Amino acid sequence: MKIAVIVFPGSNCDRDMAVAVEAISGHKPIMIWHRETELPKLDLAILPGGFSYGDYLRSGAMAAHSPVMREIKARADQGLPVLGICNGFQILTEAGMLPGVLMRNRGLKFIHRPVTTRVENHQSVFTRGYQAGQVVTIPIAHADGNYFAAADVLDRIEGEGRVAFRYCDDTGAVTDESNPNGSARNIAGILNETKTVLGYMPHPERVIEPLLGGSDGRALFESLIGALS
Amino acid sequence: MTTAIYSAEITPEIVAQHGLKPEEYLRCCTIMGRAPNLTELGVFSVMWSEHCSYKSSKVHLKTLPTTGPKVICGPGENAGVIDIGDGQAAIFKIESHNHPSFIEPYQGAATGVGGILRDVFTMGARPIANLNALRFGSPDHPKTRHLVAGVVAGIGGYGNCVGVPTVGGETNFHPSYNGNILVNAMTVGLADADKIFYSAAAGPGNPVIYVGAKTGRDGIHGATMASAEFDDESEAKRPTVQVGDPFTEKLLIEACLELMAGDSIVAIQDMGAAGLTSSSVEMAGKGGLGLELDLDRVPVRETGMTPYEIMLSESQERMLMILKPGREADAQRIFQKWELDFAVIGRVTETGKLVLKMDGKTVAELPVEPLVSQAPQYQRPWEPTPAQPEITAASVAPPAGLSDALKQLLASPDIASKRWIWEQYDATVMGDTIQRSGGDAALVRVHGTTKGLALVTDCTPRYCFADPVRGGAQAVVETWRNITATGAMPLAITDNMNFGNPERPRIMGQFVGCIQGIREACIALDYPVVSGNVSLYNETNGQGILPTPVIGGVGLIDDVDKAVGIAPKFEGDSLILIGETRGHLGATLYLREISGREDGAPPEIDLAAERRNGDFVRDRILGGAVSACHDLSDGGLLIGIVEMAMAGGIGIAIEALPGEVPVHAAYFGEDQARYLVATNDADALLAAAKAASVPAMRLGRIAGAILTGPGLDAISVMELRRIHTGWLPAYMAAEPA
Amino acid sequence: MKVKVHVTLKPGVLDPQGTAIGHALGSLGFAGASNVRQGKYIELDLAETDPKVARETAKAMCEKLLANTVIENYAIDLA
Repeated sequence: MKIAVIVFPGSNCDRDMAVAVEAISGHKPIMIWHRETELPKLDLAILPGGFSYGDYLRSGAMAAHSPVMREIKARADQGLPVLGICNGFQILTEAGMLPGVLMRNRGLKFIHRPVTTRVENHQSVFTRGYQAGQVVTIPIAHADGNYFAAADVLDRIEGEGRVAFRYCDDTGAVTDESNPNGSARNIAGILNETKTVLGYMPHPERVIEPLLGGSDGRALFESLIGALS
Repeated sequence: MTTAIYSAEITPEIVAQHGLKPEEYLRCCTIMGRAPNLTELGVFSVMWSEHCSYKSSKVHLKTLPTTGPKVICGPGENAGVIDIGDGQAAIFKIESHNHPSFIEPYQGAATGVGGILRDVFTMGARPIANLNALRFGSPDHPKTRHLVAGVVAGIGGYGNCVGVPTVGGETNFHPSYNGNILVNAMTVGLADADKIFYSAAAGPGNPVIYVGAKTGRDGIHGATMASAEFDDESEAKRPTVQVGDPFTEKLLIEACLELMAGDSIVAIQDMGAAGLTSSSVEMAGKGGLGLELDLDRVPVRETGMTPYEIMLSESQERMLMILKPGREADAQRIFQKWELDFAVIGRVTETGKLVLKMDGKTVAELPVEPLVSQAPQYQRPWEPTPAQPEITAASVAPPAGLSDALKQLLASPDIASKRWIWEQYDATVMGDTIQRSGGDAALVRVHGTTKGLALVTDCTPRYCFADPVRGGAQAVVETWRNITATGAMPLAITDNMNFGNPERPRIMGQFVGCIQGIREACIALDYPVVSGNVSLYNETNGQGILPTPVIGGVGLIDDVDKAVGIAPKFEGDSLILIGETRGHLGATLYLREISGREDGAPPEIDLAAERRNGDFVRDRILGGAVSACHDLSDGGLLIGIVEMAMAGGIGIAIEALPGEVPVHAAYFGEDQARYLVATNDADALLAAAKAASVPAMRLGRIAGAILTGPGLDAISVMELRRIHTGWLPAYMAAEPA
Repeated sequence: MKVKVHVTLKPGVLDPQGTAIGHALGSLGFAGASNVRQGKYIELDLAETDPKVARETAKAMCEKLLANTVIENYAIDLA
């Protein structure tokens, strides 16, 4: 199984992601520098969290135009699963691979805390390890996670079952109090039309063992590995 | 030379603006054999500043214990280095950025974090954790809210972006910091013990390399800007606040570590507060060699910069390196990959001189050895701090209601939850944070192993003010206890000595007293000082800060699975108090917050009891007999119990209290050398304590969701949490006065 | 030729930073300030001397990178 973690200048969850992927899949991912224009054959590409280009201009905006992204886009169009976590999600929206945009949190501050999100679509390659409606506890760590899209776009992605996760309280209720950043309709993660590209703000790679505060992130990687092998 | 030489360029006013006393300037002239030019004067002023020369503090700092079986490198390098086994080393240091943070809180705090990170990765370590210690003025002061918001955002903005978790810290408020906040930042890094990089220049002829960001006119000493030298474009040359660029720092970390994986580097030094001046002088001085630098080759981001400006610029995210001959191209390739500036700006020489050239001319030529060795050192006069009266518990009135006193303390600024602050820091990036220092020490796993580093910062300034010797010792023992309470063995400390004006004997007396206390505690606990920083002149209009010797402690646990936190986990466990309770109320938070008094002697420090009780607790934790542990400090026993209940979301029934002291003194006294532990076998633990001559008693039982105790109204843990977490967010959201 | 670009949030897009600024202005005693919206200002030198071509280039820059047209408008000034 060939899994690539794409490294941009300013990525800082690339190592964490590689550690999680290897711990769960048994395969060491290949680390691909953003200047690469030719990629080997891949089964999965991951855009990790961090502050690519310092989040200057807009989070993810400059990384979205990195040389490697042309190839990632082309492969995704051919069906390559692409996972974007946190800054990776921001890069995917800036690159036009996912609709909408991630704006400054409504409280204007960076927030790091465990949040609960509800699994809305449990049939994608990313989420089939979870049950429908399952509430998972995974930390967020971002200043720009406030998902925004025009109402018709939101209606469409909801109608197409492309909302993968929503912020919720610990009973699974989607409430304004449980929305940490002001995201439209509490959206925490969305899929592309073919449901092979996922952007998700929380960091599943940080919760893969109880010692580190939980293991709710494991199922996401297990889903992928199960689907790909 | 017996008289100083002044000129049109170097007037007594210019000398004074550079912070040099007339006799210090005379010494410059003697060393030079002539009057220095302005650039040379700038170099002297930087190297002989309090910050670089430690001229007021050195004679006292020298008395601290700095060696031990685990110490690989003590004070004097960029950071301290200790052995953590398996060929690995922990590298760490704490440093202040107090004044810049008061002027511009976001950038001041951010560049403070950037600077301490560089100190650590300069030595070959990957930074794995950041901590901080913050002191703000009274919450009522009109500037406080703005300063808290800016400092916290700055620390987070920098640390989060570079991807190093901020795992711990402490925040206090006191009116003595109204005009002088304290922002102390600590970084801990991890390296192979045989791949530590030092700063001594070697190998005449070797190239001197500049890497990182470009040099601008950041932070150049404002006073000198008024001189005639700078009349054209003076507006453009205004001194500016240093601005941090964490993105560049992240690239610099990766590029340096990539280069360090090879063997090209001879020596490396970061350009800290004193920029190219201190880095070049220190490298040459430590190597007993000279450097010749061509300032035309220094990457600059502004035009028309003078040699003076280039040498004194405090632009951030820059490093100076000496490479082995012929390695320039390899190194350059790495820095280009990371899109960083790379320039060969000079070479090592045998002359023993720092020679600076620009436009083909020599613009400064300074003998390095005397510049370093003849830096002024003062044995400043000092007065011992008068002893405060010991306040007996019986002489302090009990509160109107114990429960109300508890609630009031829980919501007081120093005890109230700092969640509003730490939620703005990424604490879990890098994937090894086991616990943040919400309770005692933070615990960070050593990547790829089962080992963990326990990390903490601490100081109780009100104790230091009342009795500097006890206060200095207490700061050390509290970090030792915090580390012990996780199960880790405390190994070494870094200290950040924040004081007022050392030219006042009373302030100098506080410094000397704190050093004495730190020394005694470090010796008694085999807990040496391996790095540190001194920040003096924290004073406004003659009003000095409380003496604040912040201690950063580092400990090691071999198996993180054996570590415990402060949260009790099991219904039905017993809660045991370890250590002796005498009900000491002098200089306590109870006295300040409930009785409205700040007097009295602080608690006594019994170093033998600290060691005995701490070693006992650590052994029980490692033996698996303890499921949660918390040391007692600010607020005393009841606050400690409540903190455990809140952390675990579980109730505690207090069934007995230490006898022979009034109830309010038992609950709120701040006697030292004490811990709370949770265990499922109280009898065995009490028997073991008795055998080890450690005072211990069963306090109560962990169960349910309510706190109960003698003299207390039953209160739910949920309500306690609400009170504890309410103050800071409400304060920050309130309108400025 | 100097290109000056103003990037602003589209009308209707929530602007919490603008709201916070407006709130702060009010608490500083500036009465009557409302509808505060914040944005970005970007300035750059372009080697191109033909204003028409320069404007086209600047427009392409905005579309591609400087603005996110999902939420942002841009305005270009040439000088």
